[in-house]
Amino acid sequence: MRGAVYFDAVRFVPVLVLLLLTACSGQFPQSVFVPRSDFSSELAGLFTNIFWWAVGVFVIVETLLVIALVRYRARKGAGEPKPVHGHTALEIGWTLAPALILVFIAVPTMRTIFATAGQAPEGALHVEVIGHQWWWEYRYPTLNISAYNELHLPVNTPVQVEMTSADVIHSFWIPRLAGKRDLIQGRTNRIAFRADSTGEYWGQCAEFCGASHANMRLRVFVQSDSAFQRWVDQQRAGPATPAKGSPAEAGLQVFRRSACIGCHTIAGVAQGKIGPDLSHVGGRATIAGALFPNTSETLQRWIMNAPSLKPGALMPPQNLSPQDLDAVVAYLQSLK
Amino acid sequence: MKSWLTTTDHKRIGLLYFWTAFGFFMIGGLEALIIRAQLVRPDGGLGVSAETFNQLFTMHGTTMVFLALMPLSAAFFNFIIPLQIGARDVAFPRLNAFSYWVFLLGGLFLNASFIAGPLFGADGLSVAPDAGWFGYANLTSRQFSPGPNVDFWLLGLQILGIASLAAGFNFVVTILNMRAPGMRMLRLPPFTWMTLITQFLVITAFPVITVALVLLMFDRFFGTHFFLPAGGGDPILWQHLFWMFGHPEVYILILPAMGIISEVLPTFSKKPLFGYTVVVYSGVVIAFLGWSVWSHHMFSTGLGPIADSVFAGTTMLIAIPTGVKIFNWIGTLWGGQIRFTTSLLFAVGFIAMFIIGGLSGVTHASAPSDLQQTDTYYVVAHIHYVLFGGTILGLFSGIYYWWPKMTGRFLSEGMGKVHFWLTLIGMNLAFFPMHFSGLLGMPRRIYTYPAELGVTRFNQLSTIGAFIIGIATLVFFWNLLRTRWRPSNAPANPWGGATLEWAIPSPPPVYNFTVIPTVASRLPLWQTERHGPMTPLPDQPPAPIHVPGGSWWPMITAFGLPIIAMGALAHLIPIVLAGAAVVVVGIYRWAYEPFEM
Repeated sequence: MRGAVYFDAVRFVPVLVLLLLTACSGQFPQSVFVPRSDFSSELAGLFTNIFWWAVGVFVIVETLLVIALVRYRARKGAGEPKPVHGHTALEIGWTLAPALILVFIAVPTMRTIFATAGQAPEGALHVEVIGHQWWWEYRYPTLNISAYNELHLPVNTPVQVEMTSADVIHSFWIPRLAGKRDLIQGRTNRIAFRADSTGEYWGQCAEFCGASHANMRLRVFVQSDSAFQRWVDQQRAGPATPAKGSPAEAGLQVFRRSACIGCHTIAGVAQGKIGPDLSHVGGRATIAGALFPNTSETLQRWIMNAPSLKPGALMPPQNLSPQDLDAVVAYLQSLK
Repeated sequence: MKSWLTTTDHKRIGLLYFWTAFGFFMIGGLEALIIRAQLVRPDGGLGVSAETFNQLFTMHGTTMVFLALMPLSAAFFNFIIPLQIGARDVAFPRLNAFSYWVFLLGGLFLNASFIAGPLFGADGLSVAPDAGWFGYANLTSRQFSPGPNVDFWLLGLQILGIASLAAGFNFVVTILNMRAPGMRMLRLPPFTWMTLITQFLVITAFPVITVALVLLMFDRFFGTHFFLPAGGGDPILWQHLFWMFGHPEVYILILPAMGIISEVLPTFSKKPLFGYTVVVYSGVVIAFLGWSVWSHHMFSTGLGPIADSVFAGTTMLIAIPTGVKIFNWIGTLWGGQIRFTTSLLFAVGFIAMFIIGGLSGVTHASAPSDLQQTDTYYVVAHIHYVLFGGTILGLFSGIYYWWPKMTGRFLSEGMGKVHFWLTLIGMNLAFFPMHFSGLLGMPRRIYTYPAELGVTRFNQLSTIGAFIIGIATLVFFWNLLRTRWRPSNAPANPWGGATLEWAIPSPPPVYNFTVIPTVASRLPLWQTERHGPMTPLPDQPPAPIHVPGGSWWPMITAFGLPIIAMGALAHLIPIVLAGAAVVVVGIYRWAYEPFEM
């Protein structure tokens, strides 16, 4: 199902217009028009409501303007126009008309504000999101596991998200599921939502947060209960121990004697706290803040010179021999 | 040359404001073109670095708001307001000169950051501000922005704030006290009214950002923690303070343009402004409401449902007086004899485009709907429909309207129409697709985006549109320049306007009015039901008119301010003290200078 564009009948005519304009140039993984949660559906419904009011007002006002311009253009031989200074009834009328329209926008707005105030029902899955320059840390306090940049959620389960920041303000935004809500150091913000379809969803930081703001992306994998449980079990298990004499085993040694351990944690190997935990890095689909697919090639480039791929990244370029680089990549990929 | 440096004539200061602001407008536009060029391709674009890109969008926003749009309005305040109210100058002519010099020097100070890198041992040439035009804490803290970039920004804005405040007080006093006999408040031309409201907003809003910038300065220079959560401060406090200034600032930018088109539409439809009092009062209401909506910039910060509801409600209310104004403008055109001059085209363009910005504004006012829009290209589209489609089109309308009055020379109508149509096409091509880029998930302020997002085509359209605007602006620039070599043949009232500035020659003599006119109606130069047009003023003044000479002291005092700022930037107290001494001596000499009105 990932990324496919679906239509809920004619609910999203803007999408139709859009597709005509782009001539089906592809999929829109961050489109707000294709919501897949209760939260995003509420917001999309409200937007659609206001959109049609706006279209109505736009058409009326621009039509009046065009009629005035065409009908009253200066003509030769026409007399002086009547010096009308105003018309009280008319002016009261066009004060009340927008006021009335606004009632039809304000009421559903208030209703939606309270409906999306961020309180999940009892028994919701709790997730804590912590923003870092420029990556995401997720903690599942009840499951006692953590994840990085890629969030895994069970489908059709209410989720209570609590968020804060370790440094500057970031904003958590997965257009099709939830958001956006700011992550602010010293504060806890809440949102609640329930994803209604399995699949891979894209998101990224929406609040300007410094050099690599553009590169602070994220993925959400909404999974069936059994798939989610498998993922949780995998995270709970310790990191894989490489077989004796395998390239991964050599990589573990390289990791141990390199700068890696200063910043990264791998359970039982290293306890660095500055960068993301790598205990299960091999199981992730992406690296570097959901910036690149997790392949040997991208991992190698990342390790050799991270700041060149992600401006401002704290990880300094590593000066590893080709053999050491191959070994450490093999090791990281073995950490499923 | 000397006479321009020491001038206290409001008309010359108006022209200085105009050309300086137009220069900054071109710089801000150039920054926008580099931004748009970078975004023409996904995944790295044309290779502009993240750091440079962040500087460009920060300086584009800061420049356009503080160095282009506000001072372009100020050019009209200076030139037109004393003429419209029948005065010989503003209330404080030397303070007026001081405002201009502070603005110029503040603008140069900010832009000097583009080449100041080597002075601070930076890697590159440029250390321009890079934290966005609203500089959210705590990204602006020393910890996360260690370079001088943010210092340039906060000190530059402090300098510019002084210019705005001085001008604000000056024009409030001028409009209230310098009116010709019979010019009652409800006979003031609508442009003068909107200017008065704008200046009240300036003198109430700028102190708020001044306080915020002082607190930020303390955080950065003296290690306080007003905005730093690690030390018990609160980054959200910055957002409240900034937007308490920032939202009135939006009306500071749009109300003068609304005033301009309220002059242009009646003149070119040969009809009085429809519902004059309602247009005036709705301007006042917009300004009042403008104070109660600031948190709608902060819906995503988690204010809670009560605050969200209140600010959504007050924001929606603003749509009412704004809608009233739009209907009154259409009512003015209705039944008229419309002459399609370039000035009128831009005024009509204002109405047509501002509606789009206003309606997308309603989708922002609805807090939950805004959650999917804020900090995306959708909001970039919104501000550009309001500030380009609104303010800039309004200002262009005013330039075509008053240029003959200001210089005695006509702009070319032919080139004007090319300028208008290219601008209209360019802006819609540039800004309309941004609605889609945003709703398809493209955040603002990103130097690169993945091709998979599917927004590449929309970005390409925006880039093409931006370059069309660039070409249109060059046509306009040439149109302005060439008037220097055109004959000075504009009559006193080339368009048949109704207000006092059209009663005197183009360009006006240094004393403006040979005799201060006595005003008997809202439309002094027109035949109305109850009043005939006023009797023409004599060609020569009946008695010699004393006009004030020039003064060096406003400019010298103004020079002290960037010196103080440079001292602060370099952490050198002696330079700060030297700058302060220049200011003190300048004000002292200014105060005791023999100078008569």
